[in-house]
Amino acid sequence: MTVKIALPKGRLLETTATLLRKAEWGLEGYNQSMRNYRLGSRRFPDLQAKVFNERDIPVQVAVGNYDLGICGLDWVEELSIKFPSSALVKLRNLGYGEGVVCLAASHHQPAPTTEELKEETELIRIASEYPNLAEYLALGLRLRRFSVFPLWGAAEAYPPESAALVLVSYPTEQEVLASGLVSVNVLLNHSAFLIANKNSWEQKDLSEIVGSIEGQLPFTAEIQSKKAATISAEKGYHPWQTDEDTVRIALPDGHQQTHTVTLLNKAGIRVEDYPSENGNRRPGTDLKGVVIKVIRPQDMPLQVANGNFDLAVTGHDWLTDHLTMFPSSPVTELLDLKSGRVKMVAVVSREVPADDIYSLRQLVAKQTTPFRVASEYVNIADKYARDNHLGMYKVVPTWGATEAFLPEDADLLIENTETGRTIARHNLKIIDTLFESTGCLIGSRNETSSLVKQERIESIVGKLRAAVEGE
Amino acid sequence: MRVQRCKGTRDLSPDEMTKFRLIEGIFRDCCLKGGYREIRTPTLEYLHLFTSTGTLTPGTLGKVYSFLDWDGWSGERVVLRPDATIPVARSYIDTVQDGGLTKLFYVTNIFIFEETGKETRERWQCGAELIGAGSTTADVELITLALDILKKLGFRKVELQLSHAGLIRALLAEFGLTSQEQASVFDQILDGDEAVFNRLKAKTPEVGEALAPLLDPKGQSAGFLRNLKALFRRDLPEFEPALDNFIDIVDLMEAMDYSYQIDIGSGRGFEYYTGIIFQLSAGRQRVAAGGRYDALIPLMGGQEVPASGFALYLDPLMGLVKPETLDGQLPEKVLIRAGDSTPETIREGFRIAAYLRETGYGAEMDLGTQPTEDVRWILDVKNEAPRFVVTDTTTKKEFKARTAKEVLALLGGNGDS
Repeated sequence: MTVKIALPKGRLLETTATLLRKAEWGLEGYNQSMRNYRLGSRRFPDLQAKVFNERDIPVQVAVGNYDLGICGLDWVEELSIKFPSSALVKLRNLGYGEGVVCLAASHHQPAPTTEELKEETELIRIASEYPNLAEYLALGLRLRRFSVFPLWGAAEAYPPESAALVLVSYPTEQEVLASGLVSVNVLLNHSAFLIANKNSWEQKDLSEIVGSIEGQLPFTAEIQSKKAATISAEKGYHPWQTDEDTVRIALPDGHQQTHTVTLLNKAGIRVEDYPSENGNRRPGTDLKGVVIKVIRPQDMPLQVANGNFDLAVTGHDWLTDHLTMFPSSPVTELLDLKSGRVKMVAVVSREVPADDIYSLRQLVAKQTTPFRVASEYVNIADKYARDNHLGMYKVVPTWGATEAFLPEDADLLIENTETGRTIARHNLKIIDTLFESTGCLIGSRNETSSLVKQERIESIVGKLRAAVEGE
Repeated sequence: MRVQRCKGTRDLSPDEMTKFRLIEGIFRDCCLKGGYREIRTPTLEYLHLFTSTGTLTPGTLGKVYSFLDWDGWSGERVVLRPDATIPVARSYIDTVQDGGLTKLFYVTNIFIFEETGKETRERWQCGAELIGAGSTTADVELITLALDILKKLGFRKVELQLSHAGLIRALLAEFGLTSQEQASVFDQILDGDEAVFNRLKAKTPEVGEALAPLLDPKGQSAGFLRNLKALFRRDLPEFEPALDNFIDIVDLMEAMDYSYQIDIGSGRGFEYYTGIIFQLSAGRQRVAAGGRYDALIPLMGGQEVPASGFALYLDPLMGLVKPETLDGQLPEKVLIRAGDSTPETIREGFRIAAYLRETGYGAEMDLGTQPTEDVRWILDVKNEAPRFVVTDTTTKKEFKARTAKEVLALLGGNGDS
């Protein structure tokens, strides 16, 4: 009898690997530099382990792709608060990877009490990587009017200007303070959990595997969970000093930074401390009347749509995903930056006897089970499946390393690729190209009320255009 | 691939729709004659309409179908209407400027997520709202309207349970709870947890003991409430306004010979209730409920306007309507057969079918596969005189007729219409 377990990458990887080493599973290659996400166990030959982004694990276990999983309780609650009938069983607190999920505000301003929040009649903006928990909390606090902005990350950069509140997770409440935030309400104390699919738990004999872990607990004294690097207190951001003429710009973190710095240099725009070695998300600039935040490119279209930023450097892929979901959004592409060119492709396993979407559609038509489309670009993937009549399909949202989903956990991927090498390495093939994507500068179609601001925006766009065209 | 109904939804079959329309018809008729006018609000509303304190309980809010629609880039969520009264109040604030009397009714669906999917998540209601009247007469009008409709639906044994939101709130204050705890316990009572008071009594036995006369018995007369008033007059004067209002309503119900049961803990309903709360049960099922909600419209940004309302629950009612109530609801059915199937006889068949429908009969052309159990008459159309042969399916007797009028006379109609 095969037993499948989903194991975490990222912050829980090392402590989980230590636990499983003590449980003598004999997992080869479960470490930070791993290249193969599929692992076998010497002790349990029938055990198949696969490594996922922690956030994907509750979904994978709930849908029955995996019998067992290890991930933070925060992500389990994020799923089950929205989908209470999810087939998940929380088996055991593993006692490491502790954290606290709390609603927080900027510590530079008096933090609102929950009573004040309840009485507030204006819109309260909450940004979070936990949009379901954020909605649950807002309803529970009886907020009259609120908007939840789902985030891919960098929540600490938002208050107070881009969102009044953020729902964030930090290892301790002290670290919330250290990041320039102040906790308004603690929602959840969490740590790593062993979870199971409900049907597997009721029907399969998982006792040996679960027992081998159980025998190693508690072991918190032995393994100190490696805390996320503490952000020093002086890094607490000072709120922007802005007026109606100020232009607010969002620059990307992550691998897009290199292209962006090159472009800014060419345009003669100086941005200090970007990319930042110590994680500073508010770099300075010599441009007059301009303030800058560094956030995830995925989150930018929604932020620009809501007027939190006037200009943002993101990718055409993320703009398309946003506009697919919200066609009436005021966000628009102002300039193609012609950098970071990737192709958005449809990918299947090399074993699938289809080389284009038409033959795939014929295969799907004969299938009696739902066709699973996995993607980080949920809206693009949904539209692609719909437009191509892929029958009874399901879109499985993923949070990275999507290639590892095929063929067991998904049937089709919608992915971006630069060279196609990663796809080939995972024994996959491209059957369709949806579009090409490059970096782009986005802004709002809504007119600004300030002429000065309008001129500043035009000047910046002009400088960037000259830099792009001068290439 | 099997086609499937969405989990937690139901189809209303033709038999159920017959009952649905019967209930709806009687409800509409009673409301229209009582001076109420029909309103229909959209299925989609903004979530924030339902979130502030005093609208929906967190228990209900946790089961709302909310999502971001195509305009959702602002993060503003929309919901499938989880409640019918709040949208009506919203529409009233939108359209009525002078705070005058407005009597409205609606037949609508509401959507509440039910975890197991075994119970339906789309529920149908017939509701009436009386906005701009704060008198006990208005409360009694709604209760009697609901009772009258149930009587017309053929329900003989309808139980009326009365409670009072003002009294429940005053009671909770006595248990020494913080305002937040009071709100939470009130929500639990409204969500149908009738054991809440017992738990409170266990927690603070001395208060529980003192209040036992108010909580334990289930009174059946205004005398019961007067006794309570006398008992608590000195110690708990804060109960008095709510008790007085309750007594006035019950006095009026008694004067009109209605029987009822007073059960303070049965306050199941909505957080927006401020005064009388009533529930109607038939066949041990809750089939209607309502109450006074004076604070709702001001809370939503409207004027200080008193209001009250009730809703009949169509889903249990459809199951309870007896077959005999349906008698006479459907017209007698005539099956028309065009003997030789020539264009002339078929044309004649359609012509007489139209004539019979106009005169109040159900007339169907024979398509060869109709079930005939509910057919009262068979009419054969021939291409020679006499054109029509009528067969009475109950007696198997045949009658001949030359004209449509003669056919009608044979069926028992007068042919004048």
